[in-house]
Amino acid sequence: MISANLSAIFYLVSGVLFILALRGLSSPETSRQGNFFGIIGMIIAVTVTFLSTGNFSSGFVYVLIFILVGGSIGAFIAYRIPMTAMPELVAGFHSLVGLAAVFVAISAFLNPEAFNLGNPGNIKLGSLIEMSIGAAVGAITFSGSVIAFLKLQGLMSGSPITFKGQHPLNAIILISIIVLIYLLCSTQSSNLFWILLAVSFLIGFLLIIPIGGADMPVVISMLNSYSGWAAAGIGFTLENTALIITGALVGSSGAILSYIMCKGMNRSFFNVILGGFGATDEKSSASSKEQRPVKSGNADDAAFLMKNASSVIIVPGYGMAVAQAQHALREMVDTLKKNDIKVSYAIHPVAGRMPGHMNVLLAEANVPYDEVFELEEINNDFANADVAFVIGANDVTNPVAKTDPQSPIYGMPVLDVEKCKSVLFVKRSLSPGYAGIDNDLFYKENTLMLFADAKKMTEDITKNL
Amino acid sequence: MEIDPLIFRLSIFILSIFVGYYVVWSVTPSLHTPLMSVTNAISSVIIVGAIIAGLSGNPDSVFSTSSIFGFLAIALAAINIFGGFLVTQRMLAMYKKKKKDKK
Repeated sequence: MISANLSAIFYLVSGVLFILALRGLSSPETSRQGNFFGIIGMIIAVTVTFLSTGNFSSGFVYVLIFILVGGSIGAFIAYRIPMTAMPELVAGFHSLVGLAAVFVAISAFLNPEAFNLGNPGNIKLGSLIEMSIGAAVGAITFSGSVIAFLKLQGLMSGSPITFKGQHPLNAIILISIIVLIYLLCSTQSSNLFWILLAVSFLIGFLLIIPIGGADMPVVISMLNSYSGWAAAGIGFTLENTALIITGALVGSSGAILSYIMCKGMNRSFFNVILGGFGATDEKSSASSKEQRPVKSGNADDAAFLMKNASSVIIVPGYGMAVAQAQHALREMVDTLKKNDIKVSYAIHPVAGRMPGHMNVLLAEANVPYDEVFELEEINNDFANADVAFVIGANDVTNPVAKTDPQSPIYGMPVLDVEKCKSVLFVKRSLSPGYAGIDNDLFYKENTLMLFADAKKMTEDITKNL
Repeated sequence: MEIDPLIFRLSIFILSIFVGYYVVWSVTPSLHTPLMSVTNAISSVIIVGAIIAGLSGNPDSVFSTSSIFGFLAIALAAINIFGGFLVTQRMLAMYKKKKKDKK
């Protein structure tokens, strides 16, 4: 058994290691080391907890058993999960953090002596406030993440579910949570604690159902942030520095990612949270009913264009992941490189279903990360490039965002694909993207549409090169 | 008058938010997905609370309502810790630089 002061110092050490874990992610070279720091931090935190309880009775064996069971499940999932399913995985993991926070709070509420928080029915006021906030945020994280998971997994329709009086209802529930916490702290009633949990689960569910599938990058980042705040709340209850530091880190990390995602779509955070985006598909596409001429080509034409180019920029989007075309794409690029054609990749901040998703998919297909560029880094290069190859992306290339103030995506940062000498656009049909608007790029003089499945088309082009 | 320890914890919390803010802005956008999975793993340090809860039962009866919730939380957090760190490692291993020698 080690003293409370010594264990507090060790918790601080593991908190610092967690900071270093995130710091490592500033570049791919240092990232693996960062992950290693994170693992060390976790081992220290768990070991110190065992030593400080000094309880190596039969309960200890059960703790190890549950760690082992959970750990094997986690490891199994980590090795089996395909990279395309990362958003679902992360959403699922968030829900577990939320639920774990709820369980710890329940346990602390039922047996406060074990945590030095007072007696049942007479818990220290400060601890009770922290506990109930941690439990409420944890519950919201859990049910919200479950909905996000179901939507991403396709088990639930990705379209927003809205009904009349939704926002007033949510507002009432949020206010009632605050009132419940106040009442709980003044009466210490366990019934109120259970009601608080139930209401929090409900609001997490209600907050996420109106948000459309395409806004999932924001939702996942937001839930990431919530899971951090829930951990911090529990950290205050347990007076544990490691947990407080980690909660704050994760909370701000998720908040920053949400901000980046919102900016990538030029939408305010509230606009996303209030939901309903994508439910108004009809309105804008109706105005452009008149047929405009489109040039379409086949793999042969595309191969010809690329063979005569000296630089090619690839613009991948979520459609590429759906078609599983990333490996075929990389093979095509290898062939291009053999012909001394310069190839780079341009990634929009909201490409894919979560922040950085496209980068992982390309990395999996053995694309070196120094060929992959972010929007700001590469946008000026389109004017000098010969061919832009758009595969699975749509709205993020739409020039309307720069020219038409009436458009719902006006002001959204887009890739200046149309500035290329020629644009190859792989798509199944002329249907609009999730924003429900026509892409002006289709009708440009220098655009050649390649109507086909992304994977098949890429393979055909490679054959013709 | 003595300062409530809560104030110290609050100071740590606020300062950590600032540390988090600057550290996360320095994360390269191409690693945002590993960032999410690793934050997931580290926020499961909540397992320390779960362990205390799990060991809260007395020596005669390991299982009480409170310790059962603790054990469940341990399992959930362990899924996250192992899953989170391993999947992050798997992803990071895929980020490679351009090969100098052409195949």
